[in-house]
Amino acid sequence: MPPGTRLIKKPPMAIIDLANPTRFLALVNRVLPWLVAATVLLFAIGLVRAVHAPDDYQQGATVKIMYLHVPAAWLGMMAWGIMSVAAFGTLVWRHPLADVAGKAAAPIGAAFTLICLVTGSLWGRPTWGTYWVWDARLTSMLVLFLLYLGVMALYWTAEDPGRGSRAAAILSLVGAVNLPIIKFSVDWWNTLHQGSSIFRPGGSAIAPSILIPLLIMAVAFTLLFVTLHLAAMRNEILRRRVRTMRLMQAQELAEAHP
Amino acid sequence: MSAFVSLLKRDMRLAVRVGGGALMGAFFFLIVVVMVPFAMGPDLNLLSRIGPAILWIGALLASLLALDRLFATDHEDGSLDLLMMGSMPLELVVAAKAIAHWLSTGLPLVLITPLLALMLNVELRALGPLLLTLIVGTPALTFIGLVGAALSVALRRGGLLLAVLVLPLTVPVLIFGVAAANAAIVGPTPFGPPFTILCGLSLMSLVVGPVAAAAALRHGLE
Repeated sequence: MPPGTRLIKKPPMAIIDLANPTRFLALVNRVLPWLVAATVLLFAIGLVRAVHAPDDYQQGATVKIMYLHVPAAWLGMMAWGIMSVAAFGTLVWRHPLADVAGKAAAPIGAAFTLICLVTGSLWGRPTWGTYWVWDARLTSMLVLFLLYLGVMALYWTAEDPGRGSRAAAILSLVGAVNLPIIKFSVDWWNTLHQGSSIFRPGGSAIAPSILIPLLIMAVAFTLLFVTLHLAAMRNEILRRRVRTMRLMQAQELAEAHP
Repeated sequence: MSAFVSLLKRDMRLAVRVGGGALMGAFFFLIVVVMVPFAMGPDLNLLSRIGPAILWIGALLASLLALDRLFATDHEDGSLDLLMMGSMPLELVVAAKAIAHWLSTGLPLVLITPLLALMLNVELRALGPLLLTLIVGTPALTFIGLVGAALSVALRRGGLLLAVLVLPLTVPVLIFGVAAANAAIVGPTPFGPPFTILCGLSLMSLVVGPVAAAAALRHGLE
C-alpha cells in the first residue's frame, strides 16, 4: 500500500446513492404520498381504538391523554438520536444529506417534546391537582426541550448553512453524551427531595386493551415523524437551492453593473 | 510541554493585566449574591437554607459570562489562527486556555466564597465542604462552557447564544454540587456520594470539553 492512502470503510451503497440531492428529491416525491396516506390511516385506527379503550378506574377518561403523551415523549427522544446519527454523518463522512437531516429533525423533535410537556401538564392538572411538578421525568424532558432550543438557535445564528450545521452537529453529539447524565442526575435529585414517586417504575402491567391502541398510536406517531422529516428535508434542500440561485443572481448583477 | 506552559502563562498574564478581566467575574459574583437578599428579604434562616444554591447559581453565571471572550479576543487579533497552525495539538491549546481561564476567573470565585457565605448565614462548619464542592465543580463549568465558547466564536456570535447552549448542559453539575453542599449543611444524606459524582462529572468534562471545543474550532474556522 503506498503511503498516504487511507483505508476508509465505505458506507453502504444506498446511502451513497442518496448523496445526490436530485435523486433524493425524486425518491421523497415518490414515497411521500404513500407515507401521508399510511399516517392518516394509522392515526384514524389508533384514535378510534383509543376512544373505545376502557377508562382507568381511578382517572376516568383523562387517561386517554396518554395515547398522545407517551408516543410524543418517545419521538421527542428519538429525534435527538436521529440528530446524533446525522451529526456523525456530517462530521465523519461529510455526507451532504446528513446536515440537512439534522437540521430538519431539530424543530420536529422540539415540537414533539413540547407536545409531550403540554399534554403532560394537562394530564397532571386533574390527576395530581397541578399543572407542573418538578418531577424527575418532567424535568428531564424540559431540559431536553431546552437543548433542542439551543441547537435551533445555533442553526438560526449561522450565516452560511454548512458552518451552522457543523457547529450544531458538535452540539448534538455533546448533548447525546450529556442527555443520559442529565436524566440520571435529575432522577437522583428527585429522590432527594420527593419521597413518593409519581411514576412508579414497573408497577402493574398495562392491560392489552390499553396497550394495543397505544402501540398503534406509537407507530402512527413514528410515521408522522418520518413524513414530516422527509418533507422538511426536501424543503431544506429546495431552500438551499434557492439561496444558491439568489447568490448567483446577485453575483451576475454585480458583474453586469460594476 | 513547554509550549503548553507558556501558553498557560501568556493567557494568565493577559487575564491579569488587561482591564481587570480576572476580577470582573468575582465582582459579578459578589453583586449577584448581594442582589438575592434584596429580592427575597433578609430572613437569615431562609438564607442559610438556600445559601449553597445561591452561591452555586452565582458561580455558574459568573463563570459563564466570562467565557464569552475566551476565544473571541484571540480570534480578532489573529493569534487563534497561529495557535491552530502550530505544532501543538489543538485539544491541548484549548485545554491550556481553559485552565488559564479557570485559574484567573474560577479560582477568585472560590476565594471570595467564604465572605459571601458569611453574609448568607452559612454555618462555619459547612464552609469547608461548600468550598470543596466549588473547587471541584467550577472546572467542570469552565470546561463545559468551553464548548459553547468555541461554537459561538466559530459562528461570530456571542453573549446570549453561549448561555442558551451551555446552561442546559450544566444541569448535572449544578444538581450534584448543590446536593453535596446541602448534604454537608443540613444532612441527613451523606456528603460522599454526590461529591464523588461531582468529581466524576468534572473529570469527564475535562476530557470531553477540549475535544469537542477543538472540533468546533476546526470545523468552524477552516
